[in-house]
Amino acid sequence: MRTAVTIFPGSNCDRDMIVALKLITGKNPLKLWHKDTEVPNLDLIVIPGGFSFGDYLRCGALAARAPIIKNIKNHISRGGAVLGVCNGFQILIEAKLLPGSLIRNKKLLFTCRDTTLEVQDTILSPFSWGFKPGELLEIPVAHNEGNFFASKSIVHELENDGRIAFKYKESKNKKNNYNPNGSINDIAGILSKNGRVLGMMPHPERAINSYHGGTDGLRFLRTSIEHLIG
Amino acid sequence: MKVVINISLKDGVLDPEGQAIQTSLSNLGFNDFENVRIGKQIILNIDKLDKSDVFQAADQMCQKILANTVIENYKIEILEDN
Repeated sequence: MRTAVTIFPGSNCDRDMIVALKLITGKNPLKLWHKDTEVPNLDLIVIPGGFSFGDYLRCGALAARAPIIKNIKNHISRGGAVLGVCNGFQILIEAKLLPGSLIRNKKLLFTCRDTTLEVQDTILSPFSWGFKPGELLEIPVAHNEGNFFASKSIVHELENDGRIAFKYKESKNKKNNYNPNGSINDIAGILSKNGRVLGMMPHPERAINSYHGGTDGLRFLRTSIEHLIG
Repeated sequence: MKVVINISLKDGVLDPEGQAIQTSLSNLGFNDFENVRIGKQIILNIDKLDKSDVFQAADQMCQKILANTVIENYKIEILEDN
């Protein structure tokens, strides 16, 4: 299993993601610098969270035009898998590898807290094969621009094609305001047409140890990687 | 010449920042102003080029990076130096 984590100036969840991937695969993932133009064949590229290029212009806008993106596009066209978390999700959208837009949180607050995610009934995807639709995962969010927005027709298409991976869901502890950012249809993560690119706002790498208060992030990452190998 | 690009949110796109400003304006007594929207302005300078070439280049910039056309409109204005 060959994994890699991309690093842009301002990425700040790269090391946490590296720890998580090493815990699962037993090997250090490759670190890809945003200026890298040569990339070996990989099974999974993770674009981690952070504030790439200081969130200048729009979140992810400058990172989505960095040299490494061309390699990520080649990797995807070869059928490679990509996971974008938080700023990584924003970068995938800015690079037009996923549809829609991530705009300012509805309440204008940077939101950092646990969320409950409900796994949706999706197209075949390594990121959801291991889960039953309706299964719940506790994974935290930490963002200011995670409010997923798209035209009605795109949202309809995503719903109908089974390309919504996760939705925010109410839980026993949180009946109101379970959607942390005002995302349309409570969308927390979406898949590409071939199911091999996932963008999600919640941070699985922040729920990999009981010290974190939960390990559902590890379960999600491990299951995804097992299905990528499988 | 100077290229002034104004980027604004499309109608129908939620603008929580604009709404917050509207509330503050209303607290200050400016109650009649509605639908407050926030945008951004990008200014570029260039020497000695054909105006239509500059406009085309600016349009390409907006399409490729400066505007997110999913949620934003842009308007390009070219001001010639006096």
